[in-house]
Amino acid sequence: MADVITTPRERHKPPAPPRTGRVAGLLAEFDSPEALKDAARKVREAGYTRWDAHAPYPVHGIDAAVGIRQTRLPWVVMGFGTLGCVTGLWLQWWTNATSYAQYPGVSTFLQGYDLIVSGKPFWSLPANIPIIFELTVLFAAAAATFGMLLANNLPLFSQPVFHCRRFMRVTTDGYYITIDASDPRFRAAPTADFLLAMHPVAVEQLEEPHTPAATPPVARRTFLFLSLLALIPLGLIAVARNSKSATPRIHPNQDMDNQVKYKAQQALPRFADGRAMRPPVGATPEQPLGLTVARGELYEDDHFYRGIVNGAFVTSFPTHRLEVPLNPALLRRGQERFNIYCAPCHGRDGSGNGIVNLRAVELSGTLGGAWVQAIDLTDDERRGRSHGHLFNSITNGIRTMPPYGDQIPPADRWAIVAYVRALQRSANATPADLPPEVQKEVQAR
Amino acid sequence: MAVMVGEIDNTWDDPRRRAPLVTGNLDFAGVTETVCRVTETPVRQTPRAWTIAFSISSTLLLILLLMIAYLFFTGVGVWGLNNPVGWGFDITNFVFWVGIGHAGTLISAILYLFRQRWRTGINRFAEAMTIFAVICALMFPGIHVGRIWFIYYMFPLPNQMGMWPQFRSPLLWDVFAVGTYFAVSLMFWYVGMIPDLATLRDRAKTQARKIIYGLLAVGWNGSARHWHRFERAYLLLAALCTPLVLSVHSVVSFDFAVSMLPGWHTTIFPPYFVAGAIFGGFAMVLFLAVPARAYFGLKHLITLRHIENMNKILLATGMIVGYAYLMEFFIAWYSANAVELFMFKTRAMGPFAWAYWTMVTCNVIVPQIFWSKRMRNNMLVTFLVAVLVNVGMWFERFVIIVSSLAQDFTPAAWDSYRPTWVEILTLAGSFGLFFTLFLLFCRFLPMVAMAEVKVIMPQPHGGHREGS
Repeated sequence: MADVITTPRERHKPPAPPRTGRVAGLLAEFDSPEALKDAARKVREAGYTRWDAHAPYPVHGIDAAVGIRQTRLPWVVMGFGTLGCVTGLWLQWWTNATSYAQYPGVSTFLQGYDLIVSGKPFWSLPANIPIIFELTVLFAAAAATFGMLLANNLPLFSQPVFHCRRFMRVTTDGYYITIDASDPRFRAAPTADFLLAMHPVAVEQLEEPHTPAATPPVARRTFLFLSLLALIPLGLIAVARNSKSATPRIHPNQDMDNQVKYKAQQALPRFADGRAMRPPVGATPEQPLGLTVARGELYEDDHFYRGIVNGAFVTSFPTHRLEVPLNPALLRRGQERFNIYCAPCHGRDGSGNGIVNLRAVELSGTLGGAWVQAIDLTDDERRGRSHGHLFNSITNGIRTMPPYGDQIPPADRWAIVAYVRALQRSANATPADLPPEVQKEVQAR
Repeated sequence: MAVMVGEIDNTWDDPRRRAPLVTGNLDFAGVTETVCRVTETPVRQTPRAWTIAFSISSTLLLILLLMIAYLFFTGVGVWGLNNPVGWGFDITNFVFWVGIGHAGTLISAILYLFRQRWRTGINRFAEAMTIFAVICALMFPGIHVGRIWFIYYMFPLPNQMGMWPQFRSPLLWDVFAVGTYFAVSLMFWYVGMIPDLATLRDRAKTQARKIIYGLLAVGWNGSARHWHRFERAYLLLAALCTPLVLSVHSVVSFDFAVSMLPGWHTTIFPPYFVAGAIFGGFAMVLFLAVPARAYFGLKHLITLRHIENMNKILLATGMIVGYAYLMEFFIAWYSANAVELFMFKTRAMGPFAWAYWTMVTCNVIVPQIFWSKRMRNNMLVTFLVAVLVNVGMWFERFVIIVSSLAQDFTPAAWDSYRPTWVEILTLAGSFGLFFTLFLLFCRFLPMVAMAEVKVIMPQPHGGHREGS
């Protein structure tokens, strides 16, 4: 039996590969994907089991010709994807939503820690979805990649076909069928005749490659040396974990830890009092904030800003200010502000029956608890209050009502006072207050 | 037909005549030869253009390494960041490079699922572009933390302090999203390349090439059983990459959208960022493909039709991005939120107006030239538009990040931002890193997916193996 069995179509006879003497199988080359498929079908029908078809690309229809069953890879990928999903879920729950030492049996460096962030819940699925998704994809993709390689028995660097020159074109434009010598039906001469009958370009005998013992000693020594080198970092970590050190940890720059600045409570001899922190200019025990006022924050107009002049509530509007002209526009502004800030409790009519009040009364009826009714702004007592008194109550709050001075600018507070006066007037109006023509209309009814 | 000299026109849309995706009468051996020849050129015969480009890019890479060393040993103060503007060039560059990567995955995964056969000519180097762009991107958040030696705090590593990452933070989602994206893209790229690495192994003449490509090809032998599992794994990876690529830039946009800053806190960000990423990424593919096909003789594999299709995608995604720009203003007005409205007025007319209008010009106005087929088929125009779109997309991220940070709620806290020379050289250096890796890829790895191209070519028949 010759090494190379050529057919008449073969022109160049390739040099014979180095011989080890043991037959690994037979190789037949075909000149087109159609010929390959026909041959594959015949080999399969002849009952061979340890054989394969080789092509430079996935030939359409080769799976059916060779009789390849659908791979189970998708199920493996799905399994690992599910594992990634569960890992992401578990990792985030364990590390962020369990408290330290909650599970005493667990080693300390694996304990979770329920860190509070902005008062958010420790365990909230929406915030955890991105990482769950990423880990699902990562695990599934790794399973697809490595699952494919493992199922294909790769990496496999030493194969009989790689010692056959003719086979080198398998990754360019060659089509081959190999039948393994370990196939139960393999008989060197009859199998070669069987392949020749399919009109291949050539049939060639494959030989066992050199044994793995032929790995060059240099390569083995290099591998051993690199493996030992790889152990050094692990050894250093083991030493560090089991020893104590007084020196600070490695820090290429100290900018963040040691900054060129003075901190609160530090000493600075350059100043007479030796303090690095400086008190405000002109500060005395009586005036601890000093004598300076930020620009635009003097607020020296007591009438306008406080509603109090010489210790008494004012009884007039600060009409000397351009912001408080007594006109319908001011009343409309006051109405709008009143409906935003005051009406929720006091009601739009000022009677004290705002929506908050109604709800609170309803709740205190079922849940108990004390609710101080918002007062009626139109009663006689409130009608008797001076303008300055009302202004002061809005600014600083009173009883359970919070201060609104920081939310409503002074001019708007005065506008609200004006509107409250209008509400009081309308709540206590008599028919005589109506315009004459309306009085006539009412009387006519 | 408006076609440049030396180009073969296969851009017709007549459905009765299927346009060939491989031109020049190449047979299978011709395809292999065309692609492998580039990597097999002896060192002494390296094309001059490659040597010049490589020396420029490796110089820039060296500058990058010097800048990073300076940053580490002196501190983040060498950058121009200040108190309101805590993110400047660093995060702008990060988002820019991550975005570039997206077109590679879109071509390799999404177009594969949609059975767009033309993708096979460009998917390999688009994927390579993804890998290298993501490497550049990952570098920036890594170095901007200031104290790089604590970088392991980002990962959930067991420790006695009970100190775990804060999983409710978008910044941590980013670590996982971009990390996964890099890992999965690398697997997808490598798996797809195994058969082509085997081609290089089988053609190798020197011992070194035999060993290196032999190791990389993991013993691929073209077995039908292997191909069966390979195709299934490739399909699964494509199916996994598709939602992944959409998630990655969405998560990147969460870094902004989840915070409460005017100009950032908008629901349009995830789709807007993904469209922008694809837009910018395709511009980068064109920027690389137009010179590569000319210098490495790949005109028959990356044909005029490929360029034309990519230009059409550029036009479409450019208009999506333009729509997002308009919609941001509309929502700012419609929300009746004074701070939001002020933010957007300041963006278009404030101190960073020059950056804003550069962005609008490059991203919305310039691509409109591709309504003309003549322009779509003109290599010079294509290349220039690709450059401008890359510039525009970089400015888009700069505008979003810096103009929002510089003027937020409290005027007392406003400040401006001016990059230092270190930041500018770091940006230039990141291009050095990208192009160094890309040039090495062009020179030593198969630039076109040969096995995939062979599937879309007419199949040979018995007795015609030598080609027509």
